[in-house]
Amino acid sequence: MTVPASWYLVLAAILFGIGAFGVLTRRSALIMFMCIELMLNAVNLTFVTFARTMSDIGGQTTVFFIMVVAAAEVTVGLGIVVAVFRRRASTSVDELSELQG
Amino acid sequence: MSHLAPLILVLPLLGFLLVVLNGRSLSNRTVGLIATSVVGLSFVTTVVTFVLLLHDRTREVTVNLFTWISVDTLHVPAAILVDPLSITMSLFVTGISALIHLYSTAYMQGEKDFRKFFLYLNLFVFSMLTLVLANNLVLTFVGWEGVGVCSYWLVSFYFDREAAASAGKKAFIYNRVGDVGLLLAMFLLFVHTHTLTYLGIFSSTSLLSPTIATLVVLALLLAATGKSAQIPLFNWLPDAMEGPTPVSALIHAATMVTAGVYLLVRMSPVLALSSSGRMTIAVIGGLTAFVAATIATAQKDIKKVLAFSTVSQIGYMVLAVGVGAYGAAIFLMVSHAFFKALLFLGSGSVIHSLGGEQDMRKMGGLAKWLPLTFPTFLVGWLSISGVPPFSGFWAKGDVLTNVFAHNKPLWALGVLTAVLTAYYMSRLFVLTFRGSERFREVTHQHDPHESPLAMTAPLLILAALSVFGGLLDLPWAHGFSLTRFLSPTFGVVAATGAQSTMLQTGLALVDVVAALIGLFAAFTIWRHTVESSTFERPFFEHVWRWDDAYDAVLARPLERLAHVSNDVVENRIIDGAVEGLGGSVQRSGEGIRKLQAGFVRQYALAMVLGLTVIVVYLVGRVR
Amino acid sequence: MFATAYAIPDVLVFAGAALLIITGALGVIVMKNPVHSALSLILALLGVAVAFLAQNADFLAAVEIIVYAGAIVVLFLFVIMFLGVDKSNHPYVEPLVGQRWLAALGVLVTMSGIITLMASSHWVSGVLSSSTGGVALATGAGNVTQLGDSVFTTYLLSFEATSGLLIIAVVGAVLLARRERPADSDVDVDVDIDVDIDGTGRVGGGEVSEGEWWVVNERTSEEVES
Repeated sequence: MTVPASWYLVLAAILFGIGAFGVLTRRSALIMFMCIELMLNAVNLTFVTFARTMSDIGGQTTVFFIMVVAAAEVTVGLGIVVAVFRRRASTSVDELSELQG
Repeated sequence: MSHLAPLILVLPLLGFLLVVLNGRSLSNRTVGLIATSVVGLSFVTTVVTFVLLLHDRTREVTVNLFTWISVDTLHVPAAILVDPLSITMSLFVTGISALIHLYSTAYMQGEKDFRKFFLYLNLFVFSMLTLVLANNLVLTFVGWEGVGVCSYWLVSFYFDREAAASAGKKAFIYNRVGDVGLLLAMFLLFVHTHTLTYLGIFSSTSLLSPTIATLVVLALLLAATGKSAQIPLFNWLPDAMEGPTPVSALIHAATMVTAGVYLLVRMSPVLALSSSGRMTIAVIGGLTAFVAATIATAQKDIKKVLAFSTVSQIGYMVLAVGVGAYGAAIFLMVSHAFFKALLFLGSGSVIHSLGGEQDMRKMGGLAKWLPLTFPTFLVGWLSISGVPPFSGFWAKGDVLTNVFAHNKPLWALGVLTAVLTAYYMSRLFVLTFRGSERFREVTHQHDPHESPLAMTAPLLILAALSVFGGLLDLPWAHGFSLTRFLSPTFGVVAATGAQSTMLQTGLALVDVVAALIGLFAAFTIWRHTVESSTFERPFFEHVWRWDDAYDAVLARPLERLAHVSNDVVENRIIDGAVEGLGGSVQRSGEGIRKLQAGFVRQYALAMVLGLTVIVVYLVGRVR
Repeated sequence: MFATAYAIPDVLVFAGAALLIITGALGVIVMKNPVHSALSLILALLGVAVAFLAQNADFLAAVEIIVYAGAIVVLFLFVIMFLGVDKSNHPYVEPLVGQRWLAALGVLVTMSGIITLMASSHWVSGVLSSSTGGVALATGAGNVTQLGDSVFTTYLLSFEATSGLLIIAVVGAVLLARRERPADSDVDVDVDIDVDIDGTGRVGGGEVSEGEWWVVNERTSEEVES
């Protein structure tokens, strides 16, 4: 018998948690992006797991679209990082705090 | 006919629009020409309509223009009602307006706001005709407010003068008080009859209980006291003399101020339901006539005397309405319009010749310098004094005969007022045209000059009308007479002149004697005197302290209330609440502001913690 | 213990995938050098690909490696190299007070809460896509055909929309990363001709208007850089 779905779900939850922790604690915009990728992958993993348990291709199709969106997001995000770096010579998000109250 | 009647209204409106839209590109001359000719044409149209009405057997034509308001049971058409009453009013309104427009083209020559003056004047004529010709109370109310606002603009015409500006405001506010009466009457009538057209109300008077009818009549009386300057709302009219003299003649003597009387007469079928209401009207009218006459004896300003005499004469009209003599009221209204317009325009001519002087103490001996104004003024004077055979004698006689038949004390008051009327008018006449020449100081030693033809021509026409106006309704005339012509409008109520010929002659003699007493008294006293503390009582000069009383009873307590409202309610309570609210928002904002540190990671943490709370809640719920 | 209930190869595959994923993920967040983080990310993505494979998602596993590990991480590395390794963001220094502890607490509580919920109740609901025109997942190896069917029939509109999204993203990235240049080429030429002859800082014969002054400045700063 194959490994139960819940194991994969727990694994995905752990991956998501690590990614979230990274977003909250790392200051480099680049690393934050990588952590967001981790979180996206955690979600992808749950989708694929559910597709298997429910015998439904819909989960995998969703993952396909998530990957496309993630690719687009990274493209634009890194563009922004480059543009910001050009102005400030730093990738730290803590320095981008002009919009404070 | 159905095509003509609206034209009466449309022509003045057309003139107003023409001047309003092209005012800057037209010369003063053209503006005067347009304004005068549209009103003249309107008069011609009215005459034609009148002739057509004479050939109409029902003497009652409604011309429906369009549906104005239609909500649930409230249906208000924009419709014109042509009947003997409205056409009589329209005739003298348009006729006298035309004359006064003509007069104004000369009188207002050289004024800065010449065009504006004619603009207002045309709008006024339009509003007045709307008031008169409307077939329902709502449309009448539109005209009612229209003449009110035109009156305000024209009284405050010299708005750079403090007195004129405040007189305009006073007139406006007094009129508003009266308007409440008209509105209340409208509400009451609509609630009980479900209609506001005159004919509709008259055909359903049976739906009105005596109490309601009395309330309606009293509300209408309040409206009339406001517009027609009766006690207790009469003292705006003398102040309204701050306006240009043609305005005083047209609006504050001949036409607008009679609107209240017109309204009462128009609603005569409702008045017929309430004898106590009619009694109140008669008492108010008689008292106003007397009080205003006493005040007029002590005024020094020529226009003020005429203003109070107007109040007094309208008092007579209201008195006539109160005793049910509607025909007599209209008769006096028409002849009063003739001779009072004549007197005002004559006084305007005098003032014009003296370069704006209105104080009678600085006039005198003007008879030989004003060869046209003097004889016409003479006619007006004799007419208002009630000397036969001038129109005033017949009209006033008609009123007093009717009052005698209903109420002897009021008749006595009326005769006393007639003595006073003859007295103060003669005083005015003597001080102005007779006696020594006291105007040299005012005219800088120049001789006074007679006014131009455009001003004297209306005087001549009005003088002729004042002389022959009595022919409209001679007591013994059995062919055509005003009362008979009006009788379809007043129905059975107009049962007048039931006395014997003997009694009528006797009453007429009393009137003549009263007039002569006043005349001789005035000549004896004022021939050689200019000022007299004996005969110019300060109490009368100061309008029976009426303004002071209003001041003490209404104005000052209200002012105090306003001060309290300002100091306590406004500054402490409202400002405190508003500023407290604003301050607390600002303070809390300053506290919350610190949460917005600008660190995106903190915001993300807040999101995560929020998610945490939700998840913990869900776990707790599932358990 | 596992062996009694589940097939040993499956358990081994799962364990390997989990090891790769957790090691890689932790690597991403603890490495000081961004390059090392990116490489750790590849490790984690490989683990995810293995997990996909183990659950019959062959195509997605391939895409995971080609697109994610291949294209996206390479893009990350490219940007890191392009900007230079930024050492100022030391991962073990936290300027925001309490941020790290609160983050750990929030993440741990949330994750354990979610796992608890998962264990105690059914929380997947709704209608299967296979019942509304989608395709049922075939058992056994190979479902590329099914995925293709699904994407090119049921989700065709969404698929076309993603192509639009990608185009826009590319255009946006180009626009963002573009170096700002003076818009007016005429002025550019003008500036090239004008030479600062007398060393007064003023170029050309006549007065320099305000707009041109800005252009001149821009130009000189570029020359300084090169």
